[in-house]
Amino acid sequence: MIHALLVILGAQLAGEAIAQALGLPLPGPVLGLILLVAGFATIPGLLALVRPVAQGILGHLSLLFVPAGVGVVGHLDRLGASGLPLILAIVLSTVLAIAVGALVFVGVARLTGAEEDRE
Amino acid sequence: MTDFAEIWTYLARGPLLWLTATLAAYSVGDALFRASGRKPYVNAVLISVVLLALLLWATGTPYPTYFEGAQFVHFLLGPATVSLALPLWEALPRLRRAALPILAALLAGSATAAGSALAIAHAFGVTGETLASLAAKSATAPVAIGVAEALGGSPTLTAVLVILTGITGAIVATPLLNALRIRDWRARGLAVGVAAHGIGTARAFQVNPTAGAFAGLGMGLNAILTALIAPYVLSIFL
Repeated sequence: MIHALLVILGAQLAGEAIAQALGLPLPGPVLGLILLVAGFATIPGLLALVRPVAQGILGHLSLLFVPAGVGVVGHLDRLGASGLPLILAIVLSTVLAIAVGALVFVGVARLTGAEEDRE
Repeated sequence: MTDFAEIWTYLARGPLLWLTATLAAYSVGDALFRASGRKPYVNAVLISVVLLALLLWATGTPYPTYFEGAQFVHFLLGPATVSLALPLWEALPRLRRAALPILAALLAGSATAAGSALAIAHAFGVTGETLASLAAKSATAPVAIGVAEALGGSPTLTAVLVILTGITGAIVATPLLNALRIRDWRARGLAVGVAAHGIGTARAFQVNPTAGAFAGLGMGLNAILTALIAPYVLSIFL
């Protein structure tokens, strides 16, 4: 478990360092994710080492957003007079974006013959 | 014997109490989610946030005190993002075959998210700093905040809008995609990840592992795309 944590934290640390050094607009952890995928591709045994710990962390991904969510409650007044338009914009745009994204995916998959194989 | 107020004062200062409270509130939220038969509108994040906000308000606890405990949970967001490499790697053969639909859905979803949000807010007379804070709301929080700052938005307001977007996406995705009769887990996952970042991705993992992997991919790709296109989308409305 220690070794798996070391790999995950090491990938994040490297990601943070590279993002800072090159002034990339990407957050360090996203770069760390890419590095870890590259690691899986090149280092045999890395996948089996990391799997249990990664699955453990991802098993309750929702929990990790709770502290930030609690912080947001104290700032709901920042929505101010624009509160209603902003809520409306958030809800409608999210519904539209999910619908458009999913429909475009299915449409293009059909056109290019990349349809889901049934498992 | 020390009275309750003294014990409380002692415990409320340290991280243990608020870390435990965070896990307890989430356990309640998760139990309610399961008891409801895993209904999407019984959202564990929303329930635990409301419970904790009420607790902080009732005990007069400032957020920084709470965060001293909660930071241990918050910190795991970084390692969790890195851990998304695992489902992504396992879905890689299927990702390769679906490269074109992924790119098309990413572009369409990302542009719709930013464009329609700005158009609606603009139509209601929202301008300036507030509008700039809205442009990147579908991207994962650190990217959204960085982009908003570069565009003249407010980091705090952006954080609020990002979290609200995530919770909205997690709640509406399942009924919406069912109503549209979209059964392809790849399409469902990717669209949710693009529109509603990590909170949407967490929801996708609850529903289906393929949806989860594609949501994680959508979130990562939209983090990059948002940083690139948000300034142009915003400039249309300024």
